[in-house]
Amino acid sequence: MMRSATALALRSPLSFLALLAVIFGLLPLLVSSYQTSVANEILIFALLAMSIDVLAGYAGRTSLGHGAIFGISTYVVIYWTTLMGGSPWVGCILGIAAATLTAAVFALLAVRVSGVYFLLLTLALGMIVWGVCLRWTSVTGGENGIRGAGRPDVIADPIAFYYMTLATVLFFTLVIWRFVHSPFGLTLRGIRDSESRMRSLGYGTATHMFLAFTITGLFAGVAGALYALFNDFVSPSTVQLAQSVEGLLMAIIGGVGTLFGSFIGAAAIILLENFVSQYTARWPMVLGLMFICTMIFAPQGVLGALRKLMGWKQ
Amino acid sequence: MDRRKFLHNTGLALTATATGMLAAPRIGFAQAKPIRIGLMAPLSGVVAAGGKEIVEGFNMLWEEKGNAIAGRPVEVIVEDDAGNPDTALQKARRLVEQANVDFLFGNLLANTGLAVANYVKGNGVPYFIPVIAADDLTQRESVRNVIRVAGYTASQMPRPLADWALKQGYKRIATIAQDYTFGHEQCAGFAQVFTEGGGEIAGQLWNPLNTADFSPYIGQLASMNVDAVFAMELGADAARFMKQYSDFGLKGQIPLLGAQNFTDQSVIRTLGEECDGIVSSAHFAEGSDNPETQAFVKAYSAKYGKMPSLYGFSHYSGALWVGQVIEQLKGDISDREVFIDAVLKSELANSPLGRPVRFDDYGNPIYDVYIRKVVKNADGKYWNVPIETYPAVSQFWTYDPKEYLAKPPFSRENQGIQK
Amino acid sequence: MASLNLVQILNGLTFAALLFIVASGFTLIFGLLRIVNLAHGALYLFGGYVGYTVSGMSGSFALGILASMLAVACLGLFIDQGLLRFVRGFVLREVLLTLGVAFVLNDLALVIWGGDTFSVEVPAILRGAVHIGGTFYPKYRLFVLVLGIFTFIGLWLLLNRTRLGALIRAGVDDAEMVEAMGINIRRVFLATSMLGASLAGLGGTVGGAFLTLYPTADSEILVFSLAIVIIGGSGSLVGAAVGALLVGLLNTIGQVMFPELAYFVIFGPMAAILAFRPLGLFGRAT
Repeated sequence: MMRSATALALRSPLSFLALLAVIFGLLPLLVSSYQTSVANEILIFALLAMSIDVLAGYAGRTSLGHGAIFGISTYVVIYWTTLMGGSPWVGCILGIAAATLTAAVFALLAVRVSGVYFLLLTLALGMIVWGVCLRWTSVTGGENGIRGAGRPDVIADPIAFYYMTLATVLFFTLVIWRFVHSPFGLTLRGIRDSESRMRSLGYGTATHMFLAFTITGLFAGVAGALYALFNDFVSPSTVQLAQSVEGLLMAIIGGVGTLFGSFIGAAAIILLENFVSQYTARWPMVLGLMFICTMIFAPQGVLGALRKLMGWKQ
Repeated sequence: MDRRKFLHNTGLALTATATGMLAAPRIGFAQAKPIRIGLMAPLSGVVAAGGKEIVEGFNMLWEEKGNAIAGRPVEVIVEDDAGNPDTALQKARRLVEQANVDFLFGNLLANTGLAVANYVKGNGVPYFIPVIAADDLTQRESVRNVIRVAGYTASQMPRPLADWALKQGYKRIATIAQDYTFGHEQCAGFAQVFTEGGGEIAGQLWNPLNTADFSPYIGQLASMNVDAVFAMELGADAARFMKQYSDFGLKGQIPLLGAQNFTDQSVIRTLGEECDGIVSSAHFAEGSDNPETQAFVKAYSAKYGKMPSLYGFSHYSGALWVGQVIEQLKGDISDREVFIDAVLKSELANSPLGRPVRFDDYGNPIYDVYIRKVVKNADGKYWNVPIETYPAVSQFWTYDPKEYLAKPPFSRENQGIQK
Repeated sequence: MASLNLVQILNGLTFAALLFIVASGFTLIFGLLRIVNLAHGALYLFGGYVGYTVSGMSGSFALGILASMLAVACLGLFIDQGLLRFVRGFVLREVLLTLGVAFVLNDLALVIWGGDTFSVEVPAILRGAVHIGGTFYPKYRLFVLVLGIFTFIGLWLLLNRTRLGALIRAGVDDAEMVEAMGINIRRVFLATSMLGASLAGLGGTVGGAFLTLYPTADSEILVFSLAIVIIGGSGSLVGAAVGALLVGLLNTIGQVMFPELAYFVIFGPMAAILAFRPLGLFGRAT
């Protein structure tokens, strides 16, 4: 009974989304305002993790540059609202556009490589973004970052903002699900499994990779814009490598190629960090151990392991 | 009671909290509600050593007070901000919204402090920042509930040093500083006073934070033909710069002047003769012969096995300052406005500085600033000894505050240099 | 003012020498074992701390170097045999696992040595400066330059004049072929990963004496090593040397002439090479 219900949830996006909507929708009624803000963060990072998962799980490319793409959106939103005095909504659109554009530039350089070289190239590109944010003081505020001007009145209340985040993230989850199950997504999987075969079948693999990377940049950009509204502050640590690493780890812990696993991964890491840091300052060690253990014992992640255990197919 | 208490030591924290979770502690005073203080410090990451000293200095004061003030027990809840503004924000949220602290304290790096300041601006929680030195927090963008108890602005301290340098007959000076706001501001304080007094800044070098190899910069400094070099570096960069400055034989040839963090105990306690004789300026000098300073240095050294740094000292004094206000209010800090007003009007007495300290009209303390020199003490350890004192130095030096604030803030490009 | 002179060129060369020592170990492991060891920087830092402690206690710089090489070689052995063996053959899992190891090692170093900045004490004979071309130059940095050259010669001889070297070279080109010839390639792998790690340890102690040791020193050196290996091509000793020279000089020139672009100077060429010549200048497709 239990098993078939979960299996169903995994197969059909709508039932899973409904489940998420109920769980996350009820949270603010049950927990404190701080815990709601943690849930808010989980939602935002789940979206970032999903954007990474689309590439890792469906296109076979592991990116360490999505944290930077995410952060560019955050920077643009805060810059637009604070220093230009513009509307936050326009800011969000500009932020997402900037992230997508950055992703397109990354993609142009990265489509030609795969495997470990893809990982290193995206890492290097992400470091360039970080370096620019750190040194271009007149625009980015350098190390000190930029302080925001507060959220617009409609979503100034944390609970209202929480529900806006929830709605946005659920909407994009559906979009991403449709995206990876579209003919385009199926082609990506074909490329992941055998690039040469797809090429000989006449698919433009480079074009597909370019588009896939750019579109995932858009998703990361949406998450980054939400993060800007959430934190009302941005600094180079938002675009640093650790952001990409955590996003990737969330996707992996949840299960690469499971999409919905990203929610589990994000929740696991953020909750654990919150929990662990109450007792010790050794969070980096715990994170490292988690990385090691996941790689050795559960490379398919939580959902992947469940799937394998239950013998479900994707 | 689900959070870490750092009252005694980290090692016990786990056990302590585990027990705490089962039996919510009601320490002693059944009638008095505890005063809950949220202390944030970087306990992991690059500046973890400084973060540890923040916690040590802060806890030392409360332990001396028997973990109680004005008849109320004091609970210090320590959170690690990891030197990362995003983490700092998250921890500040937890301390305020979950742990219901009465006020926040701490943070080390300016960016973490600025992020938290932006957060408390919205909710009015008092936030005390002994080492967050960003100029504008008590100048153009001050926030009423963000108060610099026992703190200072970045550009405040190097100004007397520039005046002193002019008196030594230095005409041409080159500066090197870390390329971020704290560096820009400290360097500008120096450059402004030095050039207004007729000195010439021969060149300004900006190194990225965590510069592994300083030799390219030292090569340039050597060929600038200057009377002295002013360096603003902190942490590992400071240690590395002094080491390589000495390796290249510049030490002894071109006098080295430093901003206050440059020769702080947190830097020089692991160094050898490369730090000998460097002159800097600060309101605190662990080598001062003032009896109250010496009593503090002795007590701190006995407790933690090392001399206090600016981080430990500032948080000890900050806690002392706020504690004195709480005593004055008889433990009632329930009205935040009254509390903040009382702090701003108060004066720090009996501090390790050995002389009272008060705020200027903008909430930044006015100090007697020492010109200090690094020398070896009787135990063979290097420390900073005052060689001259500039009384009552405010963040505005000799300028009119209104005129000063009408000018744009300092940056890499705007160094306040008089041509 | 921002002119390049002999001193600046020497600065670039001596920094390059240190980078070569560290990156040569990285490239050997990358080339032969196909592992991008993201814990290499952490091994460098750990080695540096061990060297600092041992040379401080024994008063001997040479002993410090030896201890750090040995300790880090053991760590390398543990990572390879204790952890990586479980994920053998899955390139990305290997990379991410070493990333986890890097986190753990760094934090462990913070626990053991605290976050203060240390520098390894060098013997009196290497202290002070010598007079070259009208300026003074630190003896120790010249020592590092010489050491880098000796390391290059030593590794070159090892790879080109010994049986182990021949096996390593053959393994870089085609590991299966070597195995098919009845040679236990695992042992060659093991020797390589210990050798590579010990080079990181050597770099840590030698570098710790003039660049000092502090938390995050690991990721800085790792980033330089990555750039070098990517520019030079994995598994190529000459590539690592050329890459180190390029990165060392670029870093110096960059800091002197384009301080605003300090990060571009390293990552720009690295990204360009990755995008257009992923195997690096001296890398060969396998």
